[in-house]
Amino acid sequence: MGEIFVLAEHRQGELRDVTFEMLGKGQELAAAMDEPLTAVLLGHSVDGFATELAKQASQVLVVEDERLEHFNSAAHQQVLAHLITGRKPSLVLIGHSACGMDLAPSLATQLDLPLVTDCVGLEFDDGQLFAVREMYGGKVSARVAFSQADVYMATVRQAAFPFEEGELLSGEIIAVDSPLTEEIKSKRFIEYVEAAVGEVDISQADVVVAVGRGIKEEDNMSLVERLAEALGGVLAGSRPVVDAGWLPPDRQVGQSGRTVKPKLYLAVGISGASQHVVGMRASSTIVAINKDPDAPIFKVAHYGIVDDLLKVVPALTEQLGG
Amino acid sequence: MEIVVCVKHVPDTTETEIAIRADERAIEKRGLVFDINEADNYAIEEALLLKEEFGGSITVLTVGLAEADETLRMCLAKGVDKAVRLTDEVFEGSDSYATARILSEAIRDMDYDLVLTGVQADDDGCAQVGVTLAEMLGIPHAALVVSTEVEDGRMKVHRELEGGLHEVLEIELPALFTIQTGINEPRYASIFGIRKAMRKEIETLDLGALGLAEEAVGEAGSKTSLIKLFIPVVTAQATMLEGSPEEVSSELVTIFKNEGVV
Repeated sequence: MGEIFVLAEHRQGELRDVTFEMLGKGQELAAAMDEPLTAVLLGHSVDGFATELAKQASQVLVVEDERLEHFNSAAHQQVLAHLITGRKPSLVLIGHSACGMDLAPSLATQLDLPLVTDCVGLEFDDGQLFAVREMYGGKVSARVAFSQADVYMATVRQAAFPFEEGELLSGEIIAVDSPLTEEIKSKRFIEYVEAAVGEVDISQADVVVAVGRGIKEEDNMSLVERLAEALGGVLAGSRPVVDAGWLPPDRQVGQSGRTVKPKLYLAVGISGASQHVVGMRASSTIVAINKDPDAPIFKVAHYGIVDDLLKVVPALTEQLGG
Repeated sequence: MEIVVCVKHVPDTTETEIAIRADERAIEKRGLVFDINEADNYAIEEALLLKEEFGGSITVLTVGLAEADETLRMCLAKGVDKAVRLTDEVFEGSDSYATARILSEAIRDMDYDLVLTGVQADDDGCAQVGVTLAEMLGIPHAALVVSTEVEDGRMKVHRELEGGLHEVLEIELPALFTIQTGINEPRYASIFGIRKAMRKEIETLDLGALGLAEEAVGEAGSKTSLIKLFIPVVTAQATMLEGSPEEVSSELVTIFKNEGVV
């Protein structure tokens, strides 16, 4: 056994939430195993982050290098491989984020380590690590074992573990020399591109009517448009509707789109994949209409209706005087 | 441009009731409708668009049983040049790592500039095979790609980050990209294309043909194992409204009024 590594994720001058969620979970696992929790911070001019992380970890390893200013999986992989090989942690936690999905599988393969991705649960049982993850869009859960190894790796679903600030620690900040020797030419970061903002900002609306794959055809979109109008709300959607081009990208609710927390969120024909739920779960009242009684959206809904949206939506619109 | 696309034949479970098999290690697949994995369909389209612009050929690969030929034939019908199915009974039970190992042995000796996969499979949702495969092949990669542009022996790609943000990268070829849904508009196969694809041969390669050892595949070659599947309870929290569309609508209107939203 050994320390638990948590890779601190940051972008555009901010530590991302998943970092603290992993540190929270990491503290629990580290306490159970009586091992230290180590935050691993790679970046350029990140002293402020190191101080912040030291409040949540037993120690913070900092690798400072201007080549680590922006995330680049190739550079991060080299540095992490160096740290893992040298320190042999028992477990490495990385976010199941755009960064982690680009990094963890190749890092695990290089080091020949077992990796379980998108974990929503992690526990040590008699010294062996088990993960819980979801399959089939959240309709099935799976308990997964890692093959026996000195170091395990897991990517952790964003927003799966709540972060509650507990007792503040004062972890030691340890600077580690960067093992990078030259510029990485095969993969180069160029720039960030911000999403275009359309005429409607769905994150500011009090009522959001969101439509998903269950709408089936573009011709049916007018049904939900009328409902949104009758409720004085805005129309938004989940990924499949935006992918199909039936709504512009700035109307997408979810991890890769907008996060909304209206007074009322009406999910129409949305199955409730985790990437969607993370963008709307903070809404005050959530109503879901879906003909599939097993749809994961009912896990976060306050009110649910199992029926065909093509019947319920027009009836509701009429009763609202639309 | 020589392009290899890896696809998976998966069950559509979006509006279907799922049952878990008695051994608790897989779902009951009988009666489910199978199709190409959604993100892989976008990867095929991206390959077709690149081929239309730059020429070359496309090879589609899958690891699977004979029923996966249906997905391979649909790819051929759309304009993919060659289809190969990697198949052996000892491949059964392979996790993402072992699956990537099988694919890597098939691709290693091919002549390619680009390997495409979908970001993740709709069934297991691991998002792991593509980036693992890139490492095994020793080529650079980018995950979650939402736009591609060819630039003089390199490619410029956009990766989808969180909150609507994109990251622009330059990558040397050969490279592997995992393709995100929405990157393009996948075409439908023409009747002519479907007829032509019926007559095309699908090559199959087994363990021996790939030069793999039995310990490198299946459960033996995997680094993770499914212990047990279970169906999570979804309706524990929600108040479920029942009745005709008119009845549930009237209940909803009352709820909206009580919550002060109308």
